[in-house]
Amino acid sequence: MNVFLAQLLNGLDKGGAYALIALGLTLVFGTLGVVNFAHGALFMLGCFCAVTFRYLITLETVTVDPEKLSPWGAPVEVRTPLVQNWFGDFGAVLVDYSVPISILLAIPVMLIIGIAMERGIIKHFYKRSHAEQILVTFGLAIVLQEIVKSFFGANPVPQPIPTDLRGAADIGVWFGMAPHVLTYPWWRLLYLLFSAVVIGGVFAFLQFTTFGMVVRAGMADRETVGLMGIDIDRRFTIVFGLAAVVAGVAGVMYTPLLAPNYHLGMDFLVLSFVVVVVGGMGSLPGAVAAGFLLGILQSFASMTEVKSLIPGIDQVIIYLVAVVILLVRPRGLMGRRGIMES
Amino acid sequence: MFSLSRKDLAALAVFAVVVLTMPLWLSPLGAAYPGLMQKFAIYAIFAIGFNILFGLTGYLSFGHAAFIGVGSYTTVWSFKLLTMDIVPAMIFAVITTGVFALVIGYFSLRRTGIYFSILTLAFAQMCYSLAYSVLTPITNGETGLLLARDDPRYLDAMFGAQANIAGLPQPTFLGSSVTGYTGFYLCAAILIVAFYVSQKIFASPFGMALRGIKSNQTRMNYTGFNTKPYMLAAFVISGMFAGLAGALLSITDPLAGAERMKWTESGNVVLMTILGGVGTLFGPVIGAWLIKYFENIFSAINTNMLNNFFSFLPDGLQNVVVTVLSKFVGEGWHLTLGLMFVLIVVFLPGGLVEGFHRLMARLKRRRGTPGGVTSVQPAE
Amino acid sequence: MAIFKPNRRSLLKGAGAGIAALGTPYIFTKGAWAQDFCNDPTNGKIVLGFNVPQTGSYAEEGLEQLKGYELAVKHINGEGDGGLLKTLKPVALKGNGVLGRKVEYVTGDTQTNTDAARDGARRMIERDKAIMVTGSVTSGEAIAQQSLCQEMGVIYMSGLTHSNDTTGKDKRRYGFRHFFNAYQSGVAIAPFLAKEYGTDRRAYHLTADYTWGWTQEESIKNATEALGWETVATVRTPLGLGDYSQYLTPVLNSGADVLILNHYGHDMVNSLPQAVQFGLRERQANGKNFEIVVPMFSELMAVGAGEAVKGIIGTSNWQWSLDDEGTKAFTKSYGEAYGEPPSQSAHTGYVQTILYADAVERAGTFYPPEVIKALEGFEFDGMGNGHTVYRDSDHQCFKEVLVVRGNENPSSRFDVLNVIGKTTREDVTYEASIFGGELGPYEPNKC
Repeated sequence: MNVFLAQLLNGLDKGGAYALIALGLTLVFGTLGVVNFAHGALFMLGCFCAVTFRYLITLETVTVDPEKLSPWGAPVEVRTPLVQNWFGDFGAVLVDYSVPISILLAIPVMLIIGIAMERGIIKHFYKRSHAEQILVTFGLAIVLQEIVKSFFGANPVPQPIPTDLRGAADIGVWFGMAPHVLTYPWWRLLYLLFSAVVIGGVFAFLQFTTFGMVVRAGMADRETVGLMGIDIDRRFTIVFGLAAVVAGVAGVMYTPLLAPNYHLGMDFLVLSFVVVVVGGMGSLPGAVAAGFLLGILQSFASMTEVKSLIPGIDQVIIYLVAVVILLVRPRGLMGRRGIMES
Repeated sequence: MFSLSRKDLAALAVFAVVVLTMPLWLSPLGAAYPGLMQKFAIYAIFAIGFNILFGLTGYLSFGHAAFIGVGSYTTVWSFKLLTMDIVPAMIFAVITTGVFALVIGYFSLRRTGIYFSILTLAFAQMCYSLAYSVLTPITNGETGLLLARDDPRYLDAMFGAQANIAGLPQPTFLGSSVTGYTGFYLCAAILIVAFYVSQKIFASPFGMALRGIKSNQTRMNYTGFNTKPYMLAAFVISGMFAGLAGALLSITDPLAGAERMKWTESGNVVLMTILGGVGTLFGPVIGAWLIKYFENIFSAINTNMLNNFFSFLPDGLQNVVVTVLSKFVGEGWHLTLGLMFVLIVVFLPGGLVEGFHRLMARLKRRRGTPGGVTSVQPAE
Repeated sequence: MAIFKPNRRSLLKGAGAGIAALGTPYIFTKGAWAQDFCNDPTNGKIVLGFNVPQTGSYAEEGLEQLKGYELAVKHINGEGDGGLLKTLKPVALKGNGVLGRKVEYVTGDTQTNTDAARDGARRMIERDKAIMVTGSVTSGEAIAQQSLCQEMGVIYMSGLTHSNDTTGKDKRRYGFRHFFNAYQSGVAIAPFLAKEYGTDRRAYHLTADYTWGWTQEESIKNATEALGWETVATVRTPLGLGDYSQYLTPVLNSGADVLILNHYGHDMVNSLPQAVQFGLRERQANGKNFEIVVPMFSELMAVGAGEAVKGIIGTSNWQWSLDDEGTKAFTKSYGEAYGEPPSQSAHTGYVQTILYADAVERAGTFYPPEVIKALEGFEFDGMGNGHTVYRDSDHQCFKEVLVVRGNENPSSRFDVLNVIGKTTREDVTYEASIFGGELGPYEPNKC
C-alpha cells in the first residue's frame, strides 16, 4: 500500500513538472500556432538563471599568494566571498536560498528574452510554414545552447537545496502510519505546490482578466479580433513573454533535482511536445491533464512488479501512452478541432 | 515507362555528373575521402525518400530514423546469417523496412498534422529505447551489432564461399569487395537511381494525387477519391528509401547501432529537407550534403589548423582572427550550424533551392525589361 | 587522385610470402613490409588522430581528454618540460619526436555517438592519413572505433571506456585499453566495502539499462556476494532518465541497507543527489546506517553531483593527488599548461599517446604489427599507476586500482576526491579467457 502511495506521489510530482514545462509550450504552440523548437532552450535558460544568480552572489575576492604553490604548480588562491563581507549573516542566508531567490532574477530576464525573441524573429514567422518555424527555432535553440556552453562549460552545475528544506518529510505520520514508512523530500513537495500555483495563476490570468479574454478571443478567431480594432499582435508578444517566464521559472525550481547542463533543453524538448499534443492542441487544461497522466503512469510502469510482467515497459511507457491516446481520441485529451491538423 | 520529360532528363544528367564527379569537386573543400562521400550519397537517398512523403503530401514524419535503423540491423543480420553478398542484404532490408513502415504508417496515418508527427515520433522512440535496452540480444545494444568471424553465414557455407582469411569477412558485390572508392561508386549509382525514381514519382499521376492531398485532403475525399491507400503507399515508399539508406550504411561500414534511431536523427533529416527546400527535387540532397559537411569537416578544424592557415597575417591580428574563428569551428561547430539555419530561413524563405530560384528571377528581372517577370511566387 | 585503387596489398602479400618462404633474413622482410601498410608515414607527416566528444552531454570529459593529448604531443616533440617522458621506465622516446621526426595531430568530434565516432575515425584515416587513432568517453564509442581500426589496419588506443567488453567479448588486435574495467572495479572495491560497512549487508542495485551497466552490475554483484552480502534486488533504469524518484522510493522499505548505483556520467550526477534528497543516508535499516555506493566515478562526475558525493566510496583509474613521481610530474606540467589539475580522462589520453609513441620508437618502425608486438606484454612504471603491464592476450592494462571517497571538506573545486586505498595489480588480475572474444590477426585487412 505504501509503495503504491509513494508511486502516486512520484507520479504527481513528475506530472506537476511535466505540466509546468509543457504549459509554456502550449501557450505558444497551441495558441499562437508557432512550432517552437526553442522551448527546451528556454527551460534551460531558466535553469541557468539560477546558476548565474548563485555564481554572482558567491563571487569572491581572489588574492594570489605567490609564495605558496598548489600541488599542480599554480599559485595558491585565497578566496573571500563578497556577499558575506558586505551583508554578514544576511549574505549567508542569501547564498543558502539562492535557488528560490533567483526566481526574482529569472522573471524579468526570461520576459526580456521572450519578448526579444518574438519581436526579433518569431513575429515574422506567424504566416510562414511550420517547416520554416521548426528550422528557425531549432537554429535559435542551438545558438542559445552554444552561448551557455561557452560561459558555463558542458559539465552539469549542481545547485543546492536551502538547508532548511533538505531532507524528507515523514508524510506517513500525517496520515497515522508508522514513522519512516512513507517519506518524501521537502523540495519535491514544494515543487508540486509551486507548479500548482503557477498553473493556477496562468489559468486565472487567462480566464479572469480582460487581457486574457482578448487573448482567448484571438486564439479562437484572430482576424475578427483584429477587425474590432484590438492590437492583437502586441498581446501575442506578451503571451510569448509569459510562456518564456513560465518555462524559465519551471527551470529555476528544477535545478536542485537535476543539475543543469547546456544540453538539458534538448532532453526536455521531445517530452514537452508529447505532453502538449497528447493533451490536445489549443487546450491548456488538456496539457495539464496530460502532464499528470503521463507522470503517474510512468511512475507505476517503473515498479518491479509491472516490469517483470512486461519487460522494458518503463522505457517506452510515455510513448506507448501517447500512441494509445492519439489513436483512441483523434485530437488528444481535449484538443480543439482544426488546430495543427493540416 | 522509363521515359522522362526533357527538363527532367536534363536534371537527371546534371545530377549524375555532379554525383559521379564528387571526388573532383569535393577535393578543394577537404571532403574528398571515401568515408564522407559515401555518407553524402547515403544521406541524400534518405532525404530524397523523406521528401517523397513530406514534400508531396505535407505529412511531417518525425520518426524516419527508425527505418534507417531497421534497415541497418536487417543488413548486418543478413551478413551474419546468410551471406556477405550485399544483394540479398539490400533486398531483405528494403522488404523489412517496408513491412515496418506499413504497420507504423497504418496507425499513424489515421491522424493528420501534428498528431501524425507525434505518432511517428512515438513509434520511433519506442524502437530506439527498446533496441538500446531489452532488445540487446538482437541489436547488441550500446555497442552496436558487429560482425564476427565465427558467424554461421549459412548460404556462404553452403556454396563453400567462406573465405579462409584470418580477419573478418567483408561485404562483397558479386564477389568483389565494396570498400573505399568502390563503396562510394556503388552508393552513388544507387543515389542516381533513387533520384530518377523520385523524379518519376513527382511526375506521375500518383505524385499528382499526393499533391492534391497536400493542398486539400477534404476536397479530394469529397470528389470520391480514397486518399488512404495513396498516403500509405507514399509512407511505405519513403520508409523503404530510408531502409535502403540504412542498408548502405551497414554495407559500407558493417555495424548497426541504436543511436541511428534516436529522435535527433529523425530531426536531422527533417532539417536537411527544409534547409534545401521542401518539395523540390534537388533541395533535400543539397541540405543533406550541407549538414553532413558541417558535421564532419567543420568539427575537425582546430586552432592549430587555423594558426597555420592565417600564418600570413601579422602576429597580433593572427591571434585575434584565430581566437574569434575558433569559437565557430571544432567544439563550436554547432554554433555555426545554428546560425546557418537561422540565416538561411530568414533570408532564403523556402530553403536553398527556392532562394536560388528567387535570386535568379530577380537577376533576370533586373537584366530584362522592367515589367517582364514581375511577380515572384511566395513559398507555398 | 586514386579513384581506382588496385589492391596493392594482395599483390605484395603473395610476393612477401614467397620471399619469406626462401628464408630471407628478418630485417629484409621488415623493410619490405614497411613499404606496405595503411598511412605509412615514412614519406609523409606523422599524424595522430584525436577523436573525442566535443559537443553533447560528455563534451567536458572529451575536451579534458583532448588537452591531455595535446600535451602528450608537445612532450613527444620535445616542447614543454617533458612531463612523463622523464619518469617512464623503460623509455625509448628521446624527446625529439618519434623515430626522430615531429608528430602532428588532427582532432574530431564524436558527439558521444558511435556513428559520428566512426565517421571521424574514417576521416582521420582516409583524409588525414592518421597512423593512430585514439579517444573515447563511452564504451560504445571505443568498441565501434576499435573494430573499425582493426579493419583499416590502424592502431586504436581507447580513452575512457569501462565496460568489460572492450577488452573482453569485443577485443581487437589493433585496440588497446589503458583504462580499468568494471570487473576490476568490483574486485578492487570489495575489500574496502567489507572494511567500511561489514560483511553482513543487503544490497539494492539500480543499474543503467544498457551493456555497460549490466557488466558492472554483474561484476559488483559477484564481488559483494563473495563478501557475504546479500543482493535484495537489481532494478534497471532507462539511460538518460533525469528523474529517478520512481526507482528510489521502492528502495526505502525494501529491507536493503546499501544502495549501489551502477550509473555513469549524467545518470549518476542525477541519481546520487536525488537518492540523498530522499533521505537515504540519514536512514537506518536493519540496525545499520544506510549507505550508498557508486562503484565507478570520476572527478567531473563528483563535481556535477555537488555535495551529495561527500563520503561516497567508488573506484577511479587515477587521481592527481597521488604522490608518486609520475603523477607529480604530470600534474605539474598539465597544471602549468592549463591552470588546473588534470582529470583521469586527461591522464589516460596522455598516457595512451606516450605509450604508443614509445612502442613505435622501440619497434623502430610504424608498421602496425611490429608496434602491436612492442606494446603486447610491455611492462613499465612511472606513469602514475605504479608497475603496469599491457597484457598480450587481451590488450588490457593491469595496474593498481584506486578506491576513492568523496571529500568531506574540499579545499578547492578540484579537491573533490580522496584516495582511501589501492588494490594491488595482482588482486585485480583475472584470466583473459573469462570474457571470451578473440583478438584477430596482426595483418590488416585493407586500408
